[in-house]
Amino acid sequence: MEKNQKSGAINLKISRTVIYIVCILLALLSILPFWVMFVNATRSTAEIQSGLSLLPSGHFMSNLRVLLDKSFDPIQGFLNSFIISASATILTVYFSSLAAYGLVTYDWKLRKPFFTFILCVMMIPSQASAIGFYQFMYKLHWTNSFLPLILPAIAAPAVVFFMRQYLLATLSIEIVEAARVDGSGEFKTFNRIILPLMMPAVATQAIFAFVANWNNLFMPLILLTQKEKYTMPIMVSLLRGDIYKTEFGSIYMGLALTALPLFVVYFLLSRYIIAGVALGGVKE
Amino acid sequence: MRRKGVNYSKFGYIFTFPFVLAFLIFSLYPILYTAVIGFTDMQGLIPKPIHILDDPFGNFKDLLFDNASFRKSLLNTGLLWILNFVPQIVLALLLTAWFTTKRLNIKGQGIFKVLLYMPNIITASTIAILFSTLFAYPMGPINSLVQALGWSDAPIFFLQDKTTARGIVAFIQFWMWYGNTMIILIAGVMGINPALFESASIDGANGFQTFFRITLPSLRTILLFTLITSMIGGLTMFDIPQLFLMGGPDDSTLTTSMFIYGQAFKGSYLYNRAAAASMIMFVIAGILSGLVFYLMRDRDAARIKKAEKKYKKSLKTAAVEREV
Repeated sequence: MEKNQKSGAINLKISRTVIYIVCILLALLSILPFWVMFVNATRSTAEIQSGLSLLPSGHFMSNLRVLLDKSFDPIQGFLNSFIISASATILTVYFSSLAAYGLVTYDWKLRKPFFTFILCVMMIPSQASAIGFYQFMYKLHWTNSFLPLILPAIAAPAVVFFMRQYLLATLSIEIVEAARVDGSGEFKTFNRIILPLMMPAVATQAIFAFVANWNNLFMPLILLTQKEKYTMPIMVSLLRGDIYKTEFGSIYMGLALTALPLFVVYFLLSRYIIAGVALGGVKE
Repeated sequence: MRRKGVNYSKFGYIFTFPFVLAFLIFSLYPILYTAVIGFTDMQGLIPKPIHILDDPFGNFKDLLFDNASFRKSLLNTGLLWILNFVPQIVLALLLTAWFTTKRLNIKGQGIFKVLLYMPNIITASTIAILFSTLFAYPMGPINSLVQALGWSDAPIFFLQDKTTARGIVAFIQFWMWYGNTMIILIAGVMGINPALFESASIDGANGFQTFFRITLPSLRTILLFTLITSMIGGLTMFDIPQLFLMGGPDDSTLTTSMFIYGQAFKGSYLYNRAAAASMIMFVIAGILSGLVFYLMRDRDAARIKKAEKKYKKSLKTAAVEREV
């Protein structure tokens, strides 16, 4: 019996060691490509060609100069991406919360059909309607405008679904009724009382909406053809073109510059992001 | 009781109106428009009036029966998805089992989650170009590594070989998504009633038995949900293969989204063909979302309906038996 327990303890120790090793290797696998990216952004092309190194070198400024000399404008790309992502995010969270609140609080005839409809359209990929969308925007002369990248964000079925689940679990109808007794109008109740109560859900969904819009390549690539309208991901795609063919140092510099804001945001908000991913999965 | 006869139900319509309006304009109309274009001869840079083909399904027939490139893109999409999803779900399940087994008591889970999820948040375009630069030929970081470790004497041209090119695209997808899947599955396990695990351990179940008999069956819905969302995500795979190799070598990493993009927006302006391809993609996505909808429907209502049916049936058979 005692021997059994002892071998069990040894087995446990072995499996724990194996698990830690695997997890650390996976963590390194997540870090290393980005590490090499940041390090190589500071090395000259000749140094990069001569071999792998994990330590930075001193060619930061020269790489940056080569990068910016060749029509790569990260500040413009950053601004464009920021305008689109921030506006789209605000529209998404506000109108989705509003729709979810309408869905949970009021008793209207089409309530159930509306919810069914949301479930049905939740999964439609934007690629499926891209051709018609492009032709439509072309006729409106809205290509090379940010509007077609921002306005569709008002209808975000998956976010409405998430907000509805959140409200069902947290909202007590007494709050709404108390506000009515105090003479608050329905819109005012939503804006002043309900929206602040929904902040945890709003914050999570805002992070994901922002990142999704920031990283979106397909739609901007179709709609934006003028250089000064390019978003960050389109800007990144320029790095693969012929103009940087042999300038590896500046390619890494461009990649590092585009990824840096996301790393900063991620490490500041990682706790909320991980919690948000976990919540998104529990869809019952 | 309604106070003073105030009827609030109209606010249900008002509050959901912006959503419905935006959906009608920016989703439904474009989808219908795409469907119509799929039946026309719309080609070329200058927009023409809608003209339905004499054989309305001509574009669809061409794509499905005569267009080798489109069929290849469908095949590639499926292949790349399977190559990334199978290892992804296996690794995510393994990590979930490790992280949620109390007996193992793995420390530092928070930091592991943060690091394993990290690639998911970085722009896919950046990652695609980063990897194509890392695999550069003849001198790049991966080639330096391979030579330093003595695995190969000559530099390897990874991106010219179909198998390695596909393998790397699938690996990038896997690497970007397994952390996400793992976090979802761990949340799912946290939602399982702890009493189930307690009684299992009292009954003397070992780790394997607990995992296969309790954890996996309890995760069924979440696993299916992950499967279907991943399938739809895989169906629309674009950023990584587009920027990693632009579909090459020899169209071996060309996906359906890239095919649509290429037909319409890369100089050939074959809007009708691209629209027909989008509709085929839409139908596949529709079938998949139908499955999700079926999974997430109101389960209790469905159960009551089923029970009712059974009850009626049993009444019927009872009546039949009596007649006999």
